[in-house]
Amino acid sequence: MHAESEIRLPLILGNKSYRQISDDIIAPIEGKAAKGWYTLLILCALSFLWGIGCLAYTIGVGIGAWGSNNGVDWAWDITNFVWWIGIGHAGTLISAVLLLFRQKWRMAINRSAEAMTIFAVLCAAIFVTLHTGRPWLDYMLFPLPNQFGSLWPNFNSPLLWDVFAVSTYATVSIVFWYIGLIPDFGMIRDRVIKPWQKKMYSTLSFGWGGSARHWSRFEEVSLVLAGLSTPLVFSVHSIVSFDFATSVVPGWHTTIFPPYFVSGAVFSGFAMVLTLMLVVRKIYKLEHYLTIKHIEYMNIVIIVTGSIVGVAYLTELFIAWYSGVEWEQYAFLNRATGPLAWSYWAMMTCNVISPQLFWFKKIRTSIFATFILSIVVNIGMWFERFVIIVPTLCRTYLPSTWNTYTPSFIDIGIFVGTIGMFGTFFLLFSRYFPVIAQAELKTILKSSGEQQKKDAAQHAHH
Amino acid sequence: MGSAVAKTKHILHGVFNDEVPLLEACKKLRASGIRIKEVYSPMPIHGIDGVIGVPRTRIAICAFIYGITGTSLATLMMWYMMVHDWPNDIGGKPNWAYYFNIPAFIPITFESTVFCAAHGMALTYFLRCWLVPGAKAKNPDPRTTDDKFLVYLELTQEQATKAEEILKANGAEEINHKGSFVVPAAYTLEEAH
Repeated sequence: MHAESEIRLPLILGNKSYRQISDDIIAPIEGKAAKGWYTLLILCALSFLWGIGCLAYTIGVGIGAWGSNNGVDWAWDITNFVWWIGIGHAGTLISAVLLLFRQKWRMAINRSAEAMTIFAVLCAAIFVTLHTGRPWLDYMLFPLPNQFGSLWPNFNSPLLWDVFAVSTYATVSIVFWYIGLIPDFGMIRDRVIKPWQKKMYSTLSFGWGGSARHWSRFEEVSLVLAGLSTPLVFSVHSIVSFDFATSVVPGWHTTIFPPYFVSGAVFSGFAMVLTLMLVVRKIYKLEHYLTIKHIEYMNIVIIVTGSIVGVAYLTELFIAWYSGVEWEQYAFLNRATGPLAWSYWAMMTCNVISPQLFWFKKIRTSIFATFILSIVVNIGMWFERFVIIVPTLCRTYLPSTWNTYTPSFIDIGIFVGTIGMFGTFFLLFSRYFPVIAQAELKTILKSSGEQQKKDAAQHAHH
Repeated sequence: MGSAVAKTKHILHGVFNDEVPLLEACKKLRASGIRIKEVYSPMPIHGIDGVIGVPRTRIAICAFIYGITGTSLATLMMWYMMVHDWPNDIGGKPNWAYYFNIPAFIPITFESTVFCAAHGMALTYFLRCWLVPGAKAKNPDPRTTDDKFLVYLELTQEQATKAEEILKANGAEEINHKGSFVVPAAYTLEEAH
């Protein structure tokens, strides 16, 4: 058995046994849902429906229904796409990168973070499908033999790389998540009593038995998938940033974009994980598994990635000045002082200043402060994408094309709809799926359980 | 050695409440020449593979092969579509030869490698473990996904008596006899060693 330092705080509080871990994870599945769950579900489902309505309207009349115009031809669409896909990155980072670094605290959060990844990528997919204007022709993005003299997509284009990156990312994330879920579904299958539940979890568990051979393959597959997902997650957001960086638009044409986007993605993703975890922890009484220490660790990641983002903002300004390119300089001047300057300063406040508050231990271990700041960071990161896209497109090379942008209610409706969809899926997930990877958690019970650590310490002192 | 006669094998479940005594018991069983058919546990037990004689899985090698397949397929696809079938001059950047465009082809080559490696390995894992929708639960005792650790043995009468002693001495909570079956004569020779 692996011994762990006494100084390290326990990751599983209370006097838990293997049995109790199963009981705690299965409780929301077997028990009745809380009232709050139904309220939230109805709220999310309604905004999801509203979003579907706006989506249908857009498909019916075209993307002119948005606030898009000659300059800002993406409206909110790509802002939302990049925001959602960025949020997704935290799930992969937690489950893959932290697995490679053997961070045990990931075990309590990786399941729901991965679920969040998948739902966020689905939301992102809606925008990226729609932004082509004629989504029924989106099959042309794929290298399919066709009747146009076999006209192939352009493999030199970052937009096509994005197609490959996002579809690889989405499918690999789903597979990684499901492989981890199977042992937990097996546990639920063997525990539940209601016939329909028995049937449902039997099917979902794929006949899992937990034999030594299967566990050995399971661990190998998890490790290799983590090894594959780690460069994958970095590549996906790098490629998303290439969509901008390889263009010749001032303000976009910068080599700093890939690392800046990746850290921004992790930054916003961790914030979203925190928002969700703090709610899940409360509703399902998982305080013993999602401890203050977990929250603190995540807040530390937020300080690190938030500071990288801050440095990137300042570097951009410096390089714009230092380059001597007046278009580049104007792009940044316009962002900070132009008609949409409020969005730039909102971004600066939310992303550069607010995460620095986590240097105070009191703040980073406070649930209330963390919840508020996690939402602030998410708002800030949405504005980051807005600032990169909209003010830049409002003021391009030719002053006669200058204009401004206001979202239509359809723009807002689709965005609110994806938040509703995300919420609906996450609520359903948290009610019917094991929200914590209980099999993995059981492996650290003896080294990181509160009671177990106390017992070991006592044993050592005698 | 050993003559081909039908043998009766008894199925024994040694149930433990923790991994540590189970590992100890497995070591003792193996030391006394008893073959451990399988171990079922709610979570992976570190170090069990060597103890019960499970060879290291080769699934990572499969992943590597799937990965290089993905690399090759992407390379072939992009060479065929961009260089061979319909070379385009895009923005003054012509596609005369594959090596001219390698930098632009790297992202998709990488994504395709990951795609094939990950999905190929996942599929291999599902099929090799026969984890498919509708498959029957493979654990002989439903408690093994929750908090029990089970040693599954198929033994002759005298081995079973010995195994029972070892299991008891090493803290097995329960020893369950799960009936017996007859191994036909044709299959008993290989067991004789």
